[in-house]
Amino acid sequence: MSDLRDLYQELILDHGRRPRNFGPLPEATHDAIGHNPLCGDKITVHARVRDDVVEGISFEGQGCAISQASASLLTEAVKGRKIGDVKSLFRKLTALVTGRDEDASRESDVELGKLAVFEGVRQYPMRVKCATLAWHTLNNALDGKAAEVARTE
Amino acid sequence: MTVAARASAGPGGLDVANIRRQFPILSEKISGHPLVYLDNAASTQKPRAVLDAVAHYYEHDNANVHRGVHTLSERATVCYEGARSKIAQFVGAADSSEIIFVRGATEALNLVAMSYGGDVLGEGDQVVLTEMEHHSNIVPWQMICARTGAQLRVVPILENGELDMKAYAETVGARTKIVAASHVSNALGTVNPIAEMARIAHAAGATIVVDGAQAAGHRPVDVAALGCDFYAFSGHKMYAPMGIGGLWGRRELLDAMSPWQGGGEMILTVTFEKTTYNVAPHKFEAGTPDVGGAVGLAAAVEWIESLGREVLADAEHALLAYAETALLSVPGLRIVGTAREKSAVHSFVLEGVHPHDIGTILDSEGIAIRTGHHCAQPVMDHFGIAGTARASFAAYNTADDVDRLVEGLAKVQEMFA
Repeated sequence: MSDLRDLYQELILDHGRRPRNFGPLPEATHDAIGHNPLCGDKITVHARVRDDVVEGISFEGQGCAISQASASLLTEAVKGRKIGDVKSLFRKLTALVTGRDEDASRESDVELGKLAVFEGVRQYPMRVKCATLAWHTLNNALDGKAAEVARTE
Repeated sequence: MTVAARASAGPGGLDVANIRRQFPILSEKISGHPLVYLDNAASTQKPRAVLDAVAHYYEHDNANVHRGVHTLSERATVCYEGARSKIAQFVGAADSSEIIFVRGATEALNLVAMSYGGDVLGEGDQVVLTEMEHHSNIVPWQMICARTGAQLRVVPILENGELDMKAYAETVGARTKIVAASHVSNALGTVNPIAEMARIAHAAGATIVVDGAQAAGHRPVDVAALGCDFYAFSGHKMYAPMGIGGLWGRRELLDAMSPWQGGGEMILTVTFEKTTYNVAPHKFEAGTPDVGGAVGLAAAVEWIESLGREVLADAEHALLAYAETALLSVPGLRIVGTAREKSAVHSFVLEGVHPHDIGTILDSEGIAIRTGHHCAQPVMDHFGIAGTARASFAAYNTADDVDRLVEGLAKVQEMFA
């Protein structure tokens, strides 16, 4: 199962089992719902933004290990960051898991850090949507598109 | 039984080893493992007889049908209409003109909803569906109800995945114009009592449309015995190519129905002032049809009949029972859909592991199953789950395939322990 361990790394399994920042968020200023039509998974992302900074973040909903871990690690990665940096992280993560958009992967203003754990997803094209659902949803929330269900396609 | 014996001989004397040799794709290696294909409810693989029939048609007989006077056009027409006769006899149709070629069950159901539904439905009328329908037997009805002012009524399912027949009998009433129900549920494997449902529908003056996509390749289908009015099926779920399927309709209903799509072949005469329509089935087959597909579907029908539908159904039933016991030996596994009469499908959930993750890990072991909502989201909502993992069987599956699945599930649990 060596290849599979590239996908299901210990960090992913851990966050999949015990997602961080899971639940409602008091005084949220931004919310959006994301839906993966392929598997029926739904998540909601809440954010509290003040002075252009993501001060608080949480998510709710159910999904596979990859999508839960992605949402959980997202909350850790974006907390305290400026919106511009969050957008940059979104582009970098998307580039990482799809293997496309080399320009985005070379953006140097923010580091992927723990999010690099999702590199193995690239070998599993059917699972890219699982890894990006929470990010698309957060992006919609930050853009004020709460009414629009985030889709990964 | 030894593994070797189990791999070669199925229950009821079915020579599964011989069957497997007729499916070239079963020699594929997936992630370095021999393929275990358990996604047959989504699409079956194709035997050599079907692949050869399609190739033979294109190599020797191909031309447009019902149009030319030249030899190949006539041969293609004979192939096409011969396929129609073969398929008519396969489903117990009174006449081959009751078979309309379509892309698949989805198109067949859309045709009935738009044409028949459009003709008979009006404000206050009701279309009765079951809660276990595939989206293809829900959405077309929603569309035509929105257009005509008719209403959808949904008959619930019981906890074991069977239709609540008491609720069905209470729901179907004087305002019911159409009942639409699956013969076999793709998500649960439930076999519905179509003959009884048809009797109740007819007593209320309604017609009954049956989605036979999961039944036609797995059990004897006789539309006369079922007593239904329309029966839809897909070729690719019964060993034929993708892109071809059939709709059987009662002759008097087809004759009275409005055409669906307009174009060539469905007309008798066309002027800019007025067009007169061809008779069924041609009235519903606008444009150049998929003749190669029809030939492939007829070859699949012949292939199924050469083995015997009762024999195949018995073997599948025995394999389903074996799989049930084997799956229930997996700790934390729950089968979703435990109807008394089931066909070729086990949907299941595994405690603590999302179906999507099960699917990826099994794939790395060479095992193909379907995961998710199976285009039946209301069923998932009923059971309060986002989706299931589904193993579904066909003529070439063996007890070894089931054993490999169970071993694969142990690896899933090892990963998520």
